[in-house]
Amino acid sequence: MTAAIEASGLGKKYGRHWALSDCTLSIPVGRVVGLVGPNGAGKTTLLNLATGMLAPSSGTIRVLGGAPGSGPGQLAKVGYVAQDAPIYAGLSVADHLRLGAHMNPGWDMALAAGRIRQLGLALKQKAGTLSGGQRAQLALTLAIAKRPELLILDEPIASLDPLARREFLQVLMETTAESEVSVVMSSHLVADLERISEYLVVLVDSRVQLAGQVDELLASHQLLTGARRDPATLPASQRVISASHTDRQSTILVRSDEPVLDPSWSVDQIDLEDLVLAYMGQARTSRPDVSDEFGTKILEEKR
Amino acid sequence: MIEFHLDTRSGVAPYLQLIRQVRQALRLGLLREGDQLPTVKDVSGSLAINPNTVLKAYRELEYEGLASARPGVGTFVTTTLSSDSISAYNELSRDLEGWISKARTAGLDDESIGAIFQRSIRTAVQEEVR
Repeated sequence: MTAAIEASGLGKKYGRHWALSDCTLSIPVGRVVGLVGPNGAGKTTLLNLATGMLAPSSGTIRVLGGAPGSGPGQLAKVGYVAQDAPIYAGLSVADHLRLGAHMNPGWDMALAAGRIRQLGLALKQKAGTLSGGQRAQLALTLAIAKRPELLILDEPIASLDPLARREFLQVLMETTAESEVSVVMSSHLVADLERISEYLVVLVDSRVQLAGQVDELLASHQLLTGARRDPATLPASQRVISASHTDRQSTILVRSDEPVLDPSWSVDQIDLEDLVLAYMGQARTSRPDVSDEFGTKILEEKR
Repeated sequence: MIEFHLDTRSGVAPYLQLIRQVRQALRLGLLREGDQLPTVKDVSGSLAINPNTVLKAYRELEYEGLASARPGVGTFVTTTLSSDSISAYNELSRDLEGWISKARTAGLDDESIGAIFQRSIRTAVQEEVR
């Protein structure tokens, strides 16, 4: 089966700075995939590489088996809503639908018009006067009505209020229930992705820290608490993700495919948000060069 | 028809919450044989959750023999809890409420009551294993 997105050693460099480095991923089709990471982690860069808006500096990327943006056939397969859901402020809602019909061979006008009606948008209204939530919904409608095989959404709800967020996700989930479309959606908030994603990619500091099926990720991580102990003494099958200690107690997050049976630990499950935060923290501590640089800078400023 | 809700802070997997709500509705007599469950599209649209989460819950209910899917139509409840079991359920919960007020009178708080309850369930399970 072809992957929705298949990347190997993928990287993108701006000047001397790598916005994305050594990214190797295989995202299965037919899933809703969450791409999460702090601002500036490289999420938009990865999505722009997948749509063909950017060309890689290193490595390769295939989307639904084809090269991103390689021709009309490939463009028709991918629906894309860029960050902050851009629309044409001077055009009316109806103009947007006509534009969509002209530019997309697979355009489904009945679907688009039905969605607009359901949203209660007036066809004559200028898009520039829509609320943030309505703008995001219009952009989503355009992307859905082209009937893509893959829908790429870059932080579509980051700037919306909670109600508009929920409404956006409702439409998105209704759409995935009706069609076989694959979805890749980025956000810096795990909470936005938790309910909808089956597959999660965590991107921190331009690198993929974690990728996998959400239920498998949750099942394979355990939080151990017990009397203070050196994490290095844990069996090799338990990979330490994070560890913190007080003078008596240790709290250690491990990744292990087997259940932890050591009776000296009390073992707890961890929720998705804490799991992602642990990997983000790990990314920070595993790059001492950054903090050193920062530390030196502070010292210099003190002088 | 019943309506599902979701508690994202409970730590209980969403598909399990759906299953529990169906079982609960059966116990309370809100659902009976032949009733249709909300469609996958309706549930995922109204709760904004992944459709496969709903499918997983419905498949599990089928496996338990509580529901069955009719392709292209929907998922239907295939069992009614007998009025006997409903009245037994009511009687048991009345007993339990009596016990809880006794525990409160003895000065136990809700957390201690919960702990006794959990421990008793575990003991009963262990005795079954033996």
